Amino acid sequence: MAEAVLEVEDLHTYFFNRRGVLKAVDGVSFTLYRGETLGLVGESGCGKSMTALSIVRLVPRPAARIVRGQVRLRGEDLLAKSEREMRQVRGRRIAMILQDPQASLNPVFTIGNQLVEAFAVQRRWPRRRLWTLAAEALRHVKVPEAARRLYDFPHQLSGGMKQRVVGAIALAGAPEVLIADEPTTALDVTIQLQFLRLLKELQAETQMAMLFITHDFGIVARLCDRVAVMYAGRIVEQGPVRAVFRQPAHPYTQALMASVPRLDVKVDTLATIEGQPPALDALPEGCRFAPRCPYVERRCQQAYPPMVPLQADHAAACWRLEG
Amino acid sequence: MYRYVARRCLQALLALLVLSAVVFGLVRLTGDPTLLMLPEDASAEDIARLRRALGLDRPLPVQYWIFLRNALQGDFGRSIRGQVPVRDLIAERFPYSLRLAAASFAITLLLAVPLGVLAAVYKGSWLDRLAQVVAVLGQSLPMFWVGILLIQVFAVQLRLLPSGGTGSVAHYVLPAFTLGWWLVAGIMRLLRSSMLEVLDSEFVKLARLKGLSEARVIWKHALRNALIPVVTFGGIYLAVLITAAILVETVFAWPGLGRLVYEAIVFRDFPVVQAVVLLTAALVIVSSLVVDILYAYLDPRIRYG
Amino acid sequence: MARAEQLPLTMTPSPEPRRLALLWRRAPFLPLLIILAFIGSALLADLLTPHSPTKVSLPKRLRPPAWVEGGSWTHPLGTDPLGRDVLARLVYGARVSLLVAALTLALGGGVGLGIGLLAGYHGGRLDSVLMRAADITMAFPIILFAILLVAMLGGGLFNVVVSIALVLWARYARVIRGEVLSLMQRDFIARARVNGCSPLRLIVVHLLPNVLNTLMVLLSLQVGWLIIVESSLSFLGAGIPPPTPSWGSMIAEGRDYLTRAWWVSLFPGLAIMLTVLAFNLFGDWLRDRLDPRQRQV
Repeated sequence: MAEAVLEVEDLHTYFFNRRGVLKAVDGVSFTLYRGETLGLVGESGCGKSMTALSIVRLVPRPAARIVRGQVRLRGEDLLAKSEREMRQVRGRRIAMILQDPQASLNPVFTIGNQLVEAFAVQRRWPRRRLWTLAAEALRHVKVPEAARRLYDFPHQLSGGMKQRVVGAIALAGAPEVLIADEPTTALDVTIQLQFLRLLKELQAETQMAMLFITHDFGIVARLCDRVAVMYAGRIVEQGPVRAVFRQPAHPYTQALMASVPRLDVKVDTLATIEGQPPALDALPEGCRFAPRCPYVERRCQQAYPPMVPLQADHAAACWRLEG
Repeated sequence: MYRYVARRCLQALLALLVLSAVVFGLVRLTGDPTLLMLPEDASAEDIARLRRALGLDRPLPVQYWIFLRNALQGDFGRSIRGQVPVRDLIAERFPYSLRLAAASFAITLLLAVPLGVLAAVYKGSWLDRLAQVVAVLGQSLPMFWVGILLIQVFAVQLRLLPSGGTGSVAHYVLPAFTLGWWLVAGIMRLLRSSMLEVLDSEFVKLARLKGLSEARVIWKHALRNALIPVVTFGGIYLAVLITAAILVETVFAWPGLGRLVYEAIVFRDFPVVQAVVLLTAALVIVSSLVVDILYAYLDPRIRYG
Repeated sequence: MARAEQLPLTMTPSPEPRRLALLWRRAPFLPLLIILAFIGSALLADLLTPHSPTKVSLPKRLRPPAWVEGGSWTHPLGTDPLGRDVLARLVYGARVSLLVAALTLALGGGVGLGIGLLAGYHGGRLDSVLMRAADITMAFPIILFAILLVAMLGGGLFNVVVSIALVLWARYARVIRGEVLSLMQRDFIARARVNGCSPLRLIVVHLLPNVLNTLMVLLSLQVGWLIIVESSLSFLGAGIPPPTPSWGSMIAEGRDYLTRAWWVSLFPGLAIMLTVLAFNLFGDWLRDRLDPRQRQV
């Protein structure tokens, strides 16, 4: 396998409030390799975004705290770094695209101003050269009339254009890892595809590793090399996209697959999953999917299942796979 | 942008017209204005002269026109007490009021902005709690009473600062602080809550993701947005500052417009009251116009909307 | 869901006893106590003190409070420069403050509510004319306007109340109108209209109860401020004319005697501070309870 860029190991991020502890991320591990795209899928509220924010150490303080685990960027432990050192990582080595382009750009500054800022933290160049760089970056993400757009304010751009600007800001530091947190949910379908294609092209150019957070299996199939399925703060299945799609091993993954409409198979009704995910401050003792699982057994309710390796690189956390 | 500014200017102009019409109307409605405008022992000749000058024998719209023309030329008649033109009195006092307002506004900005920002950034800390206390007290204490207490403590007991009047920089300290405190409380409270909201926003997250320093994130990205709601209330605050100056000037014997209007009330010097009220209200209207334009400058969504 | 939406906000299923208890447990008790004391002394002033607030007695002038040397319990808080009992004037002063605050709020709030409902319901030309008028009115500084009116018409409760209310209505009208506009988008209004509800009935039965919460919060947040406005006017001599006791004029009367007789100005000031503080804290609490969306204006 290729070289590992980002390794997340046993990551725990909890929210603490008066009523108790909310386990948003509860023992997540995965590895991201150079040039590949890992899809992180799950329902909203399962801890996907919090995992991403934990990697760059921007969890909402003081409510949330990274309690345990390791995040290694080419072997360096990010959780051990000082805030000052962390700033050197953000934007330059790990960049992130947020969900809502509408809200991620500061409404009172021009596009150019915000883009130049991203370049300025990395090189102390004269203003004019930075602006040229910014125009180039916009052109790179295929914003038409890039040089003129620099003087626009965010509200003067369409949603798709704004997301491109956010993309340009993310790529300003030529990062080794790009985290995209549902970057297309706020966009129209046609714009979505354009943006995804652009991301793919840019990745091919720079060989950066990409962590793509989504709840859309269609996007995973189109874009990702590997996929990790998250449920209630934990990864329940992980493996190459093909393998997971062909033979989903975890009952949750199976249920998710069954609920995705497919063109090649004729079905009468779409399956839905009964029940709700458990509240993150009142997690069940054993497997978190047990209350909704059709195959539930006694041991499921007693202890959390281990990650069972199936084939090369494909694994799932379910007692039934243990045999 | 130009359309917005033009519209606001028109609105302000309209407000000024209505204001003058209201004042004019009130004076006419409440009986013979010459009785209000002249001393009680005025001769029949004086009354007749004033009636001619005000055009009281002519139809109302003409009278209003005369009133407006006179006001625009700065002719507000003569003070009953001093028998000097009101215009001269105002010209003499106005600069003092302006200086005091500027001083307290400076104090306000210097205190309120850092305090509001830091209270939001360090939410729940002792600084935040202190800020809350200042905010609550600031809006509960009558300004004139605070002034009196401050004089008692710093001028009478400790003899550190002059109790009133003008002259040195020291004379500014107590009145400017008294006047500024209420504003500090209001602005700080507003800024704190809007900062809290902005600090939670996605664009602040993105700014941090870019690797910007925390100082830059707070003082550039967050503050600039958090100031927008504060500026919308700026007009109200300026109006309060201008009217509150009447109280503070009275307490500190500051020879400004406020003191002038107070003396005029005591001596029932109606022409002076009328002129000062008209002028101050006009000032409030114009300053809220300026604030709105500033608001458009701060928020590009309005500028280009 | 649809049924719940039909219920006007003020009539939300009556909170069961436990919720009510919880609500009161969080209530700010000290402020409530002060407010009750304030209202009580305003209503029962005649019973609370044996002294007349206006009877001048020069031989007894400037007596200190009871606990200071030379003071006596006949005049617990001392006497003023004209020999009047400070406590008695304080108690009667509460009456003036409460009266001015209540009347201006009733008048300004009532007019504002009516205009806000009308503008929001009617919309169109009428709405924009009324809101322009409100904008212009809000440009008038209240204290200045009151000073002008009092200078022309003379002081007194009626003139003070009217001059404040004449400016005050505008801010209520603005907020209520905004509230009504958003209510008009809701389903239950559309349903009422489809069912042939008359405009008057629509306003009184469907809109009014839904804006009352907002109005209550708004009013409660301004009581304190109005007390300060009244006392400021009285302090300037443009409010309630002497000899009627008002906290503002009491402070003014004691001003020149501060060094010799601090109690004349200090106690009315404290009274204003405590009452306003209590009303502000209470208003904040009420806003958080009834209308968390609304911010301090």
